Amino acid sequence: MEINITRIIGIAVAAIFVNNFVFARFLGLCAFIGISKKLDVALGMGVAMTFVVTMSAIITWPLYHFILVPYKLEYMNIISFILVIACFVQLVEFFVRKFNPALYKALGIYLPLITVNCVVLFATLLNAINNLSFLESVVQGFSAGIGFALALVLMTSIRERLELARIPAAMQGAPLAFIIAGLLSLAFMGFSGLTIG
Amino acid sequence: MKTTLTCLKKCFANGMCAENPTFRLMLGLCPTLAVTVSAENGFGIGIAALFVLLGSNTIISLIKNFVPAEVRIPCYILVIATFVTIVKLVLQAYLPALYERLGLFVDIMVVNCIILGRAEAFASKNPVLPSIADALGMGLGFTLAAGVIGSIREILGNGTWFGVPVLGAWFKPVIAMILPPGAFITIGLLIAGLNAVTARLQARQSE
Repeated sequence: MEINITRIIGIAVAAIFVNNFVFARFLGLCAFIGISKKLDVALGMGVAMTFVVTMSAIITWPLYHFILVPYKLEYMNIISFILVIACFVQLVEFFVRKFNPALYKALGIYLPLITVNCVVLFATLLNAINNLSFLESVVQGFSAGIGFALALVLMTSIRERLELARIPAAMQGAPLAFIIAGLLSLAFMGFSGLTIG
Repeated sequence: MKTTLTCLKKCFANGMCAENPTFRLMLGLCPTLAVTVSAENGFGIGIAALFVLLGSNTIISLIKNFVPAEVRIPCYILVIATFVTIVKLVLQAYLPALYERLGLFVDIMVVNCIILGRAEAFASKNPVLPSIADALGMGLGFTLAAGVIGSIREILGNGTWFGVPVLGAWFKPVIAMILPPGAFITIGLLIAGLNAVTARLQARQSE
């Protein structure tokens, strides 16, 4: 089986910039709005997310191609994928609590919530539906995580700066975050039309 | 009988206004923003979510006493995933055009925080009837929010409402409104507006 490098790079660029999972596809917004207040926490969340989504892509690919497809059970993809992802996140949570309690405390409720973060499920379902090869799936999963981390870090840096600014009371918090996200998304639209491979 | 009725009414109204899932709790934002490029899509995803909520809240409220607390979340997710699969298959069979447009966003309703949130916060602690009322209130509240955002974006971005032209020929559609930035800015301004109105109402009440 030959590996098409251009296609791989194309998938990565598309997932990180052109169809950024946050700014173009609106995925993972709950965590995006909720956790983008402190830079180190945002970085931790971005890394955790990248790890989970990459691993989920690696786990769900054989599940889909060796179990669901041969038995014509493709319609079970939602149920089976979410179960696998939930088990895996539980494992990561255990691991982080053991080895980095400070990060565990800072991430709080958001770590278990990665299970119900749409980025992970969406990326794995997208891999299955587009019939990507194993390597392409892993690259797409990894890039989805990187795209999410990038968006989170950008957003957090801007919000940290705005902490001291004087803004109307009604705009404080979430409304302002949405407006910033809108402007960032406008900037990311500059990437549209960029295709490789 | 009368007390239960007022209680049901309260559960219902709670989801529609005081704890509107989109504008107040800010839950389930991904589908609210992603698919609401038109009023039809907005109401479509809202009704799909309403159905899933009704099903999952009813079943979870029925099984709450048999499910051990440690494994409740995976169980709830399984129940929700089942209903989402049903909705998806029904949409594919009867409304293929709508399903085509909503696409994977129907699938990822499994991980919609409104649905899991209501299962955990309400259905797992309350009897069946209030759970159904809660599902109706939350589902309609979500439908309303998605419908309003969809309508605003369709009218400004395309000059139409449900596909019917509502603004005259003089109107130049603002394309950005149906592109991603429009969604973020619309919801940001809507929440800010609601905040301002609530603050003013509270100030008047305390006077």
